[in-house]
Amino acid sequence: MNSIPTLAVKNLYKSFKGTPIIKGVSFEVYQGETKVFIGPSGAGKSTLLKCINQLIIPDQGQVFLNGEEVIHSHSRINFFRQKMGMVFQDFYLFDHLTALQNVEVALLRVKKMHRQKAREKALRELERVGLGDKSHLYPAELSGGQAQRVSIARALAMDPEVMLFDEPTSALDPELTGEVLEVMRLLAQAGMTMVVVTHEMGFASSVADEVLFIEDGKILEKGPPRQIFLQPKEERTKKFLSRISQLYGELNQNHG
Amino acid sequence: MEGLMAVIESLPYILSGISVTLGIVALALAMGFALGVPMAVITIYGNRLVAQIIAGYVWVLRGLPNLVLLFLFYFGIFPLLGWNFSPFTIGAIALGMRSSAYQTEIFRGAIQSLGEGQMFAARSLGMSKIQAIWNIILPQALRISLPGWSNEYPILLTDSAVTYAIGVAEVLTRGSQMVTRTYQPMPIYITCAIIFILLNLGGMRVIHFLEKKARIPGWGRGSET
Ligand SMILES: Nc1ncnc2c1ncn2[C@@H]1O[C@H](COP(=O)(O)OP(=O)(O)OP(=O)(O)O)[C@@H](O)[C@H]1O
Ligand SMILES: [Mg+2]
Repeated sequence: MNSIPTLAVKNLYKSFKGTPIIKGVSFEVYQGETKVFIGPSGAGKSTLLKCINQLIIPDQGQVFLNGEEVIHSHSRINFFRQKMGMVFQDFYLFDHLTALQNVEVALLRVKKMHRQKAREKALRELERVGLGDKSHLYPAELSGGQAQRVSIARALAMDPEVMLFDEPTSALDPELTGEVLEVMRLLAQAGMTMVVVTHEMGFASSVADEVLFIEDGKILEKGPPRQIFLQPKEERTKKFLSRISQLYGELNQNHG
Repeated sequence: MEGLMAVIESLPYILSGISVTLGIVALALAMGFALGVPMAVITIYGNRLVAQIIAGYVWVLRGLPNLVLLFLFYFGIFPLLGWNFSPFTIGAIALGMRSSAYQTEIFRGAIQSLGEGQMFAARSLGMSKIQAIWNIILPQALRISLPGWSNEYPILLTDSAVTYAIGVAEVLTRGSQMVTRTYQPMPIYITCAIIFILLNLGGMRVIHFLEKKARIPGWGRGSET
């Protein structure tokens, strides 16, 4: 195994208006690994992911991408962000652009790709998430599951080194989560390095290399999915899991 | 029948004021847009201090009667600075500045209604703030603001009549001149009123056409009809 992690987070801290939200988080993700974060609402999961690509600037701590420190300087950060694809709970597709244009726009504006090449690449990415035939539709004309897959394609088009997913299925109707999880599963199988916040335990247990339980801005417990889901050490992890399994169904009801 | 004669006699002269009226409206709209869009963007994404200065500008201009602004410019500020501008230009600038205050508010509201997610998504792809504003935020915000923005046209059209006070040869000024000549206030002012109403109608049709053009399939927030 390569000794340099693809993504390393070291001792990250973030407060909002004096209230600490992230309180010293460290972890590493090696190439091809998938790490799943679980934890209660308000634990700081979204804040943590945004700190990684500096959409929120951490107060303290460092982030390394392939050993290089991710710094919030104007010239460098836009390069780093391309390398860290992000998928949001609410998709955040650009509503004035078609599915194809959503994938294409950063290729044209950021990568300054030639028009024809950008179009071909965008179409390939849409095909990869099973939406080659929806390229001409606007976000408002897509189902939630399709919209989220477009947003995955949009991030993938930048050829990221790591993908950050923030509860990519929690805004979806239950019958639509499967298609998104399936795309993510294939992505993991294809060797993508991924950090995923999700409460889909079926997905976590079959795809994650490690599950990390985050509460109150700290990683409380981590380990292989079987261990975390079946023999959690911490009382708080147990409590959380029992609540989650009521909401999302039991571990063995595998999706996809 | 004297009234009708007066109208017929006056009509060509009054009608030639339409280009002046519409000229002022168009210039003021354009100026309000050219100032309002960047001011809205700076208010939301820019330097705090500059944003506060803009907030002050908006607040002051929204609180001033048009006529006060007009007199202040025409009799006060412009002569003081030694700027020898025509009443037409001064009228357009005064109305344009006032409109810029309103348009700043319209565009600010539209940008805010997009939510922060659009900016997050754009930045997460490696766009700079300016690229995100230009490619993602403004195209959506301008569409959203079209219905609110189109109100600026009738407002400016009606407001443009105050430039009568500094002698701009627009529709009302010309009408009044003809009243002095013919002593037929009623028919002539009715003629002026009809001209304003028709200008309003015609302008709104153009705007609704633009609204339709700007509509995005399946997008509810844009314009209706
Ligand atoms: N921009 C902000 N300003 C102030 N407080 C914030 C901001 N963003 C997040 N917070 C606060 O930080 C805490 C953590 O929020 P965060 O969104 O990271 O939680 P989360 O673990 O993602 O929760 P959820 O599961 O509900 O998405 C919350 O209490 C939230 O109110
Ligand atoms: Mg969250």
